[in-house]
Amino acid sequence: MIQLKNIKKSFNGKIVLDDISASFYKGKANFVIGASGSGKSVMMKCMVGLLDVDQGEIFYGQDDFVNKSYEERKLIRKEIGMLFQGTALFDSLSVEDNIAFPLRMFTKMTQEEVLDRVNFCLQRVNLSNVNKLYPSNLSGGMKKRVGIARAIALNPKYLFCDEPNSGLDPLTSRLIDELIKEITVEYNITTVINTHDMKSLFEMGDNIIYIYQGKKEWEGEKSLIRSSGNTRLLEFMKASEF
Amino acid sequence: MKFFEHFGNYTMFLLGLFKRPERFKVFSKQTLHEMSSIGVGSFGIVSLISVFTGAVSTIQIGVQLVSGLVPDYMLGTFVRDSNIYEFSPTITCLVLAGKVGSSIASEMGTMKVTEQIDALEIMGINSANYLVLPKILAGVLTIPLLVVYAMVLSIIGGAISGVMGDIISVDEYVRGLRVDFVPFSVWFALIKATTFAFLITSISAYHGYRTEGGALEVGRSSTMAVVYSAVAVIIFDYILSDILLGA
Repeated sequence: MIQLKNIKKSFNGKIVLDDISASFYKGKANFVIGASGSGKSVMMKCMVGLLDVDQGEIFYGQDDFVNKSYEERKLIRKEIGMLFQGTALFDSLSVEDNIAFPLRMFTKMTQEEVLDRVNFCLQRVNLSNVNKLYPSNLSGGMKKRVGIARAIALNPKYLFCDEPNSGLDPLTSRLIDELIKEITVEYNITTVINTHDMKSLFEMGDNIIYIYQGKKEWEGEKSLIRSSGNTRLLEFMKASEF
Repeated sequence: MKFFEHFGNYTMFLLGLFKRPERFKVFSKQTLHEMSSIGVGSFGIVSLISVFTGAVSTIQIGVQLVSGLVPDYMLGTFVRDSNIYEFSPTITCLVLAGKVGSSIASEMGTMKVTEQIDALEIMGINSANYLVLPKILAGVLTIPLLVVYAMVLSIIGGAISGVMGDIISVDEYVRGLRVDFVPFSVWFALIKATTFAFLITSISAYHGYRTEGGALEVGRSSTMAVVYSAVAVIIFDYILSDILLGA
């Protein structure tokens, strides 16, 4: 479980995250929704430590991520997998080396064990015979799958997905959604997903957090969203034609 | 004010490189890869530049030594000294500022805007240490070797153009090469090459690493890297000459 407590973040005096508290549950697909510029990505970057919060606390289980040293954070980071919007695969490395990268950096696995794990992760995301290909040889959907394979290589406890469906056709989007949901349940991990895609939300979302202009407007289960009474959230849904 | 801001950020960037080093095995592998990229990858252009620099310097110095007061063999001496002291280290490094500098800046810039650097950071890897330090180390190790190679080729190029243009015989040229040779001149060139290598790789990496935006900004970073590296090379050429050769 991840908990945010009163986090604040501003850039050059402009408040981007304003006193946000939220909970992200284990074994659930936790969705963060909101319009572009609402602060979703900044919140995710603060959660994984790419940005430092100005104020507040972020708990991974019982560990306060914000007040930990770099080395202590590193231990938590090893339990984090992240799927980036643009996949962020290393261009200069093959698919195999991309997935093997965290294994080689952080484990003492033999080359054989690393390859076994890489092949397992690739099978898990339904890819085969792509080990020696480079990211530039892959389609958008395949890149996302490789990104997921890399994210789960170290058996993470926490999976962060930033706009996992962006740039994908509807069918591939659904396949990626299903894959993320399956992995979340199968490995009982805490998954946090930033998205605009309301179809994804209604198909696989468990816990929903709606952010509007840096403030948390609403938090709750998917089933309660239509009866939330939050005008902005309902307008956001309506604008998404869902 | 902008200069001081950049200088401060550049200093902080350099200090950050040495914090939290990654595994030695990974680091050494990266460094070897970069040495191949910077060193072997620059052989062709350095060869071409060096041969022609030597050839041109022989012709131009030869044209000016027509008085008869200076012995012919001195042409070899002048070509040797001008190439070892100045042309080989400085021109080679200016060319490398373009080739290696733009390559480093665009690679780092692209990694930054496509979130590859963020991916490293999330894994708990000091991205500056992992990506930049091997490039600087590789540059500092290989560029001086390229400069020595350039010295040899420029002197050979000078001999070829001297003989082909009927400016000087090989014997006279070699005699000139041997006259009053100061071994420190090679050390001077190596000190310059090492300093230039550090400046080119670190300035280029700095500009690439702080890229924000998209393709346009990557191109801008690449241009800035080449311009600032070349300017730094010229300024430090003067500073090192003054310190090491000045009265």
